[in-house]
Amino acid sequence: MIAQFGGSLMPDGQTLRPDLAAIARNISPGTRVLDIGCGDGTLLSHLREEQQVDARGMEIKSELVERCVTKGLSVVQGDADRDLSEYPDKAFDYTILSQTLQTAARPDHMLDQLLRVGREAFVSFPNFAQWRTRTALMFGGRMPVTRSLPVSWFETDNIHHVTIADFRELIAQKGVAVEGCWFFSGGRAISPVGANWRAEFAVFKLSR
Amino acid sequence: MLSKPLSLDSGQVLSGATIAYETYGELAEDKSNAILICHALTGDQYVGSTHPVTGKPGWWERMVGPGLPIDTNRFCVICANVIGSCMGSTGPASEADDGTIYGMRFPVLTIRDMVRGLVGLLDELGIEQLHSVVGGSMGGMQALSLAANFPDRTARVLAIATTARHSAQNIAFHEVGRQAIMADPNWRGGDYYADGATPDAGLAVARMAAHITYLSEAGLTDKFGRRLQNRDAKSFGFDADFQVESYLRYQGSGFTQRFDANSYLYITRAMDYFDLAEEHGGRLADAFSGHANNSGARFFLVSFDTDWLYPTAESRHIVHALNAAGAAVSFVELSAPYGHDSFLLEVPALDRAVRGFLDA
Repeated sequence: MIAQFGGSLMPDGQTLRPDLAAIARNISPGTRVLDIGCGDGTLLSHLREEQQVDARGMEIKSELVERCVTKGLSVVQGDADRDLSEYPDKAFDYTILSQTLQTAARPDHMLDQLLRVGREAFVSFPNFAQWRTRTALMFGGRMPVTRSLPVSWFETDNIHHVTIADFRELIAQKGVAVEGCWFFSGGRAISPVGANWRAEFAVFKLSR
Repeated sequence: MLSKPLSLDSGQVLSGATIAYETYGELAEDKSNAILICHALTGDQYVGSTHPVTGKPGWWERMVGPGLPIDTNRFCVICANVIGSCMGSTGPASEADDGTIYGMRFPVLTIRDMVRGLVGLLDELGIEQLHSVVGGSMGGMQALSLAANFPDRTARVLAIATTARHSAQNIAFHEVGRQAIMADPNWRGGDYYADGATPDAGLAVARMAAHITYLSEAGLTDKFGRRLQNRDAKSFGFDADFQVESYLRYQGSGFTQRFDANSYLYITRAMDYFDLAEEHGGRLADAFSGHANNSGARFFLVSFDTDWLYPTAESRHIVHALNAAGAAVSFVELSAPYGHDSFLLEVPALDRAVRGFLDA
């Protein structure tokens, strides 16, 4: 797992994680969606069954692709850094990149691809400027290992740590519009006030 | 016997073709549970039952049967010998209209022609739409060709360890095999059926060369290494000193007991001619236009990381085309040590994937 989002949020396996729920609520029914890094297909299944979405996925781990296929989902094993470029322009209404941006070789190029393949894009990521991370670094003097970033620096997949403020700056530079944003801490949605200090995770809806 | 003549890609017409097939499991009353399994180059209809010539188990008995991933308690599995082959379907060893054996007068076939024969069989059986078409290697080519040319005839397509076109390397290996057959003095222009002197030596060499392409280097090393065959030292001669030589010779000679050399020529030619994009104006995505916008079949492509005959890149190429066409496609590369032959062997992840796809 790249970043831990709460611990016990899905006791019955039915409720969507709050960041995924925020994404699902903001997707129009009957649209075409590509979920990049779709895992075991939880969000895709929800979108297909509850919102009649034509839901497609990309996932790098073969075991997770197998689980998606068993659910009847259309999921392609692939590496977003390499394979996203093979999709046609505007093939989807929405692209989704959950908790994966910080693992991309070039997050800026990845953003371009997301908005080329999809008319709109959802991007979620762990916020490295959250107070727990800041205090762990400031007082511990070591790369933070927190509940939202539980893996040590030498084995984490997160190669581009990013803060909400950094992300806003990147999309402003790229001329990308923010259609909506949602922030989470302790497994719950929080207000946007002081989000760069308070939020463990952020979800942005983007368009160009 | 097909009631309608088959119009072939060569422009020739094959009338009264016989298709030999086996079925496993019961066909539902509404005929909605039929799975067509397409066999590979040297395969046959005995997918799940004992081969009548060799007495060996069916070629995919580990996959097809009651309770197995392709579950014959639920599905009616149909497997037919392709035209051009030699296990009962019409091929070069069959009698032509004039009562003599075709030999090289048999028309050159394509993968699409084989599929036309299979669709002819479905017509005879009254099956309008298959639950799934499934195939590995050349069987995967047929599955893709069926989906491209007869998009309404199947709801699912499972293509394993396959390609949408034969590469120069693929063609080159096949040409080695064909030249070995044609260089055998017993081949005699393909007219060898009368006196029993068949081009076994050439066919065995063809099989040996091809067999190497079905295995991985690591697999060969693991299985044989440089170990010697029933001896303590090299013989300083040309007997089969090494285990791998002995194995290949055994594979080659065993093959000649069950396969016709001319069929080998015709079927390898059909595979070499296979280029699904070329058939559809040069753009592979256009081959799948009948499956656009989620209205068509669901596709599942599976490749193996050690398959250098039809490597993962070939499957990805198909997946990209299907995506471009807007078709519903899944793809996974499985890790298995056996090279191209992995689809026939013990790979639990393949069992799970096949079962999961067919059941969903």
